[in-house]
Amino acid sequence: MTVTIRRPPGARARRPAWEEPPTPLGQGVKAVLLTLLVLGVLFPLWVVLVTSLSSRQTIADAGGLVVVPKGIDTSAYQTILAGGAVTRALWISTLVTVCGTAIALTVTVLAAYGLSRPGSLGHRWLLAYFLVPFLVYPPLVPRYLVVTGLGLKDTIWALVLPPAISVFNLVVVRGFFQGIPQELLDSARIDGASDFRTLARIVLPLSRAVIAVVGLFYAVSYWNVWFDALLFMDRNDMYPIQRVLQSYLLAGQAPHTAGGTTGVSMPPTEAVKMAVVVLTVAPIVAVYPFVQRHFIKGVLIGAVKG
Amino acid sequence: MSEPAVVVGPERARPDDPAPPARAPRGRRVPLVSRLRRDWQMLAMVAPGFLVLLIFSYLPIAGNVIAFQDYNPYLGDNPWAAFTHSNWIGFGQFQLLFDDPAFWDAFRNTLAITAFQLVFFFPLPILLAVMLHNLLSSRLRGLVQTVVYLPHFFSWVLVVSFFVAMLGGAGLLAQTMREAGMQPWNVMTNPDTFIVLVTAEAVWKDVGWGTIVFLAALSTIDQNLYEAAAADGAGRWRRLWHITLPGLRPVVVLLLILRLGDALSVGFEQFLLQRDAVGRQAAEVLDTFVYHFSIATGNYGYGAAAGLFKAVVGLVLILAANRVAHLLGERGIYSKS
Repeated sequence: MTVTIRRPPGARARRPAWEEPPTPLGQGVKAVLLTLLVLGVLFPLWVVLVTSLSSRQTIADAGGLVVVPKGIDTSAYQTILAGGAVTRALWISTLVTVCGTAIALTVTVLAAYGLSRPGSLGHRWLLAYFLVPFLVYPPLVPRYLVVTGLGLKDTIWALVLPPAISVFNLVVVRGFFQGIPQELLDSARIDGASDFRTLARIVLPLSRAVIAVVGLFYAVSYWNVWFDALLFMDRNDMYPIQRVLQSYLLAGQAPHTAGGTTGVSMPPTEAVKMAVVVLTVAPIVAVYPFVQRHFIKGVLIGAVKG
Repeated sequence: MSEPAVVVGPERARPDDPAPPARAPRGRRVPLVSRLRRDWQMLAMVAPGFLVLLIFSYLPIAGNVIAFQDYNPYLGDNPWAAFTHSNWIGFGQFQLLFDDPAFWDAFRNTLAITAFQLVFFFPLPILLAVMLHNLLSSRLRGLVQTVVYLPHFFSWVLVVSFFVAMLGGAGLLAQTMREAGMQPWNVMTNPDTFIVLVTAEAVWKDVGWGTIVFLAALSTIDQNLYEAAAADGAGRWRRLWHITLPGLRPVVVLLLILRLGDALSVGFEQFLLQRDAVGRQAAEVLDTFVYHFSIATGNYGYGAAAGLFKAVVGLVLILAANRVAHLLGERGIYSKS
C-alpha cells in the first residue's frame, strides 16, 4: 500500500472547492484541543528540565518543582556525574544499548534476508517458526529459569541476548527486502555474487532507512530495559539507568527497592532526581528527530505485513 | 507449541505478495542436495535468529511444563537439575490457583481495566487521527505528530516518574493546591481512582502513536467519495459518519481483535511499578500476580501455572475474535487460504 501522510507539495493548504468553509467554533475547538495535547506532552518535560537546572534556593522558594526558571545551576548534574550509582548505571545502559543494538540488528537483518525468498529451502517452515513467537510470548517463570540456568545472571548478556530478535522488527525488515526489485538481485547472482555478498553490497545500501528505524526501535528498547534488570540483576552495581531512576524517583512506589539500592546515604534532592530523569530522556529525545521521518513507513510495513 | 498450519504467514494472508522469483526449476523436483547447495547461505543467515528464538522463546514455552510439577529450585545446583528432580503433580497447581481469591482479584482487575480502556482509550487515537487528517497545514500536522509520538519511546519508569512529578504527593499539582490553601489530592496512591490513572498514563504514552495506523487508513480513502457526497448535500458530520468511519472499519476491527486477544494483558511494567503504592486490591493484574506469586516468593510452579492459564486463554481469545471477524466479513489477522 502506498501511504501519503503528507499531501504532495503544491496541493498543500488548499481547501477543496466543495468543502464548507470552517466554522469559527470548530476551528477554536480544534486549536484548543491540539494546544492542550502538545502542551500535555511538553509541559512535564519542561518542568523536569527546569527543576533539574535550578538551585537549591529556587527549588525551596517554589516549594518543590520549578516552572519558571531563575538562573541556571548545574550542580545537580555535577553531583551525579561525578561517579557513583547514576554514572555507573549510565555506562551500563550505554553498553547494553550499543552491544544490544549491534547484535540485534545483525541477527535481524541476516534472518530477514534469509527469509526473504519464497521457495528457498524450508522457507515456509522457517517462516512459521519465526512467526509463532509473535502470538505466543515466552512465559515469565520458565524464561527466568532459562536465563538463570544459562548463568547469565548479573551479566549484561541477560539483558542483551533474550530480546536480540523481535519478530515485529524482523517482519518490517523482511517486508522491505521483499520490495527490492528482483532484477537487481538476479543480476548480482548472474555476476556470481553469493547471498552474503548480495546482502552486503546491494541490499544493505538500499535499506538504510529501514535499518535506521529498526535500529532506533532496538536501541530504545535496550535503553528502556527495566523489568529484565529487576529479574536478572541482583548486584546493584550492574543496574541499568531505568532501575536507578526507579529507585530514585519511585522508591516506596515500586517493589523491592528497600535496602539502599541507590548507594547514596542521603535522600536525593529534587534537582538530582529531576536530573536523573533528564539524563534518562535525553538520548531518546536526541536521536528521535533524525529517525522520526522514516518510522511511519517502517511501522506501516510491519502493520500491514504482520 | 502450535502447529505451523495455524500460523499467520504473510504469504498466506496476502495473495498479492510478490510472486516467487521466476528462476525456473524450483520446488519439489529439485533434489534436496542441490537445494541445499543452492540455499545453504540463506540457512546460515537464518541460524543466529533461529538459535535466539530457540533458547529464549521456544525453550521457555516448552518450560511451561513446570506448571505440572512441584518445582523446587533447591533440588539441584541449577534449574535443569532442579527440573529433573522435581515431582510431577498433574493439575495440583491449577487447583490451588483456582481456589486462590488473590488470583480471582487479579483476574477481575485485569478484565475491568481492559474494559475501561476499550471504552476510554481505544477510540481516542481514532478521533485524534481524524482531527489530524483534516488539518490543512501539513507543517502544523507534522509538528503535532512529532510531539505526540515522542512519549511512545519513553519507558514506563519514565512515564510513571513524570506522573509522580506532576500529580504525586510532592508533585506540581499537590504543590499548587497546597499554595492555594486546599487539601491536595494524591492521585498516585488512591486505589479508587487507579483505573483512571493508569488509563491516563496509557493515553499520554500511546495516543499519538496509535494514530499512525488510522492516518494511513484515512489516506487511502478515495477523495472523490467526499466530493460526491458533498455534491449530494451531505454535511461534514454525515461525511464523517458515512465515508470516513466505514473507511476505517477494517483497521478498527483488526486492532479490536488484537486488543481482545490481549485482553488479559494490560501493561505489565506499568502495574508492577505502581502496585505497591496503590495496593494489591486495586493494582494487581494477572501479569503482576504471576511475578509476585512466583519469582518474588520462589513458588515457581504456581506462577508457571498462572502464566500458562493466561497464555492459553489469550490464545483462545485471539482465535475466537478472529473467527468472529471472519463471520462479520472482515479480513482479520489472518485468513484461511
